[in-house]
Amino acid sequence: MAVDTKKSSKGGKGGLWREIKRNKACYGMIAPFMIFFIVFTVIPVLMSLPMGFTDFNMAQPPKFVGLSNYTTLFLSDKIFIRSIRVTIVFALLTGPVSYVLCFLLAWLINEMNPRLKTVFTLIFYAPSMANVYTVWKIIFSGDMNGYMNSILIDLGIISYPVQWLTDGRYVLGVTIVVQLWISLGAGFLALRAGFQNIDRSMYEAGAIEGIRTRWQELIYIVIPSMGPQLMFAAVMQIVSSFTAGTVAQNLVGFPSTDYKAHTIMTHAFDYGWQRFEMGYASAICMILFVAMFLCSRLIAKVLGRYTD
Amino acid sequence: MANVDTSKLRASNRQAGRKRWGTVFIFLLLFILGLFMALPIYLTLVMSVKPVEELFVFPPKLYAVRPTLDNFRDMFRVLHQNRVPFSRYVFNSVFVTAAVTVLQCVFSSMAAFVLAKCRFPGSKLINSVIVIALLYQSSVIYIMQYIVMAKLHMIDTYMALIFPAVASPMGLFLMRQSISTVPDSIIEAAKVDGAGLFRICWQVVMPNQKPALMTLIIFAFQGAWNIQTGSVVLKEQYKTLPTVVSQAAASGLARAGVAMAAAVFLLIPPVVIFMLAQRQVIETMAHSGIKE
Repeated sequence: MAVDTKKSSKGGKGGLWREIKRNKACYGMIAPFMIFFIVFTVIPVLMSLPMGFTDFNMAQPPKFVGLSNYTTLFLSDKIFIRSIRVTIVFALLTGPVSYVLCFLLAWLINEMNPRLKTVFTLIFYAPSMANVYTVWKIIFSGDMNGYMNSILIDLGIISYPVQWLTDGRYVLGVTIVVQLWISLGAGFLALRAGFQNIDRSMYEAGAIEGIRTRWQELIYIVIPSMGPQLMFAAVMQIVSSFTAGTVAQNLVGFPSTDYKAHTIMTHAFDYGWQRFEMGYASAICMILFVAMFLCSRLIAKVLGRYTD
Repeated sequence: MANVDTSKLRASNRQAGRKRWGTVFIFLLLFILGLFMALPIYLTLVMSVKPVEELFVFPPKLYAVRPTLDNFRDMFRVLHQNRVPFSRYVFNSVFVTAAVTVLQCVFSSMAAFVLAKCRFPGSKLINSVIVIALLYQSSVIYIMQYIVMAKLHMIDTYMALIFPAVASPMGLFLMRQSISTVPDSIIEAAKVDGAGLFRICWQVVMPNQKPALMTLIIFAFQGAWNIQTGSVVLKEQYKTLPTVVSQAAASGLARAGVAMAAAVFLLIPPVVIFMLAQRQVIETMAHSGIKE
């Protein structure tokens, strides 16, 4: 993959310095990005890392408390344990499904003519651009004016309005539907771009080699050349399915009935921004981060050689 | 327009050997799924032009009987009651969005090219830090960002809105993944010709990265357009449109019509940019192709 592999930097300190000087053009190119990245992302992240080991209420300076946040979380916070379960169910149901949907839809759209491509891409991506919680609230509204209830009553499936947004049996399901609806986001668009970037000559060469069906084209030409975009989409999918919380909070309220749609992120929000126990909240976030990191390593293994 | 036509022609060449009903089937599938996807957006549009008395009737209708622009008028009336003139918010949003989009695209492209194609001391570390930063979500990070910006005296300035959004790990990751598919031989050839990294990036690599760059523009624009001024800007004259518009629309279901109008209003610029950028993405297919 890399261009500059001639010399390795094993020649001690002087060798390393020479390497750095030899590559000074590289550092120059990344400098503008890195300056902003370090100041506004890396430093805040580093500052936030130790917070999980403190008691921090934003008014007084943080107080070191060792591992007690973590022991409380796992040993006595029943709602946290419940939120782990909700998050896992949620991530398992939304993550893989929308990942596959992103890929399949990006592929199917690619089979259309240019004008239809633009229209379909817009239709499927539009939910990620709009702020539409209000409309979903009206669709799933608990009275007869809600679209869902009104349709189901008309069809005679139910005889009285269902409390979609407050009945503990439905809140998680409704949240998952809406999450899936907005999940054709960054990953989907990146995959669309990936499809557009595949060299036309690859298809032509494939046709000469005897590739006939769309399916063969997908397996032998498209997937092997889209590894990097597949990895990007996977990472975006991990982030959106593990950190989901805003959908539930906007839709079924906070806290949701019986904590049925209470994800780890919602729990962190609860402690961080409702109770101002920032130390505890960052411990929660740290656990979530570790889970996401492990998950992304796993996927990188599966996608294997495609990710450098 | 000529571009579209040639690509159609070529596409039909490729698909000559295929079964026609396959394409029709795919179209129908996309069409049905598309209806489901578009329905809530459609309802948002309809409700934004429904008069108040039509919003909550049984059975709810899929169209407005007597469409009106009252909701939009209400929204703008609320906005005009602010001390700061409405045009100022528009300017703030346009300025912040333009600055973020341009800086993010230029900086990410250069950094992504180097990180994808060169190996130098620290490159591996930076590559993994980018992905880690993407995965690391913490509710305290905003506080830490605030502290950093306060130390740099950026609170209540445009800098507080623009700078944190410039170096997006997501944008960089997207570009890096895409550029990593460029064959090394092209870059080697350009090096042999004596081109520096900067020239290779902008004249050799980036012209072939139109799909990814356009996608990045969509992301950057969308992210910047939706920047909520939140806690980093307290002065009214630095607030952006989404902040004030959602303030005008925030009152729950009682003001549903206004909320819908606000959602529609805020959706227009990202959709326009999306259409423009996506057209470019699709036109690339007709022409380019990376030649080794």
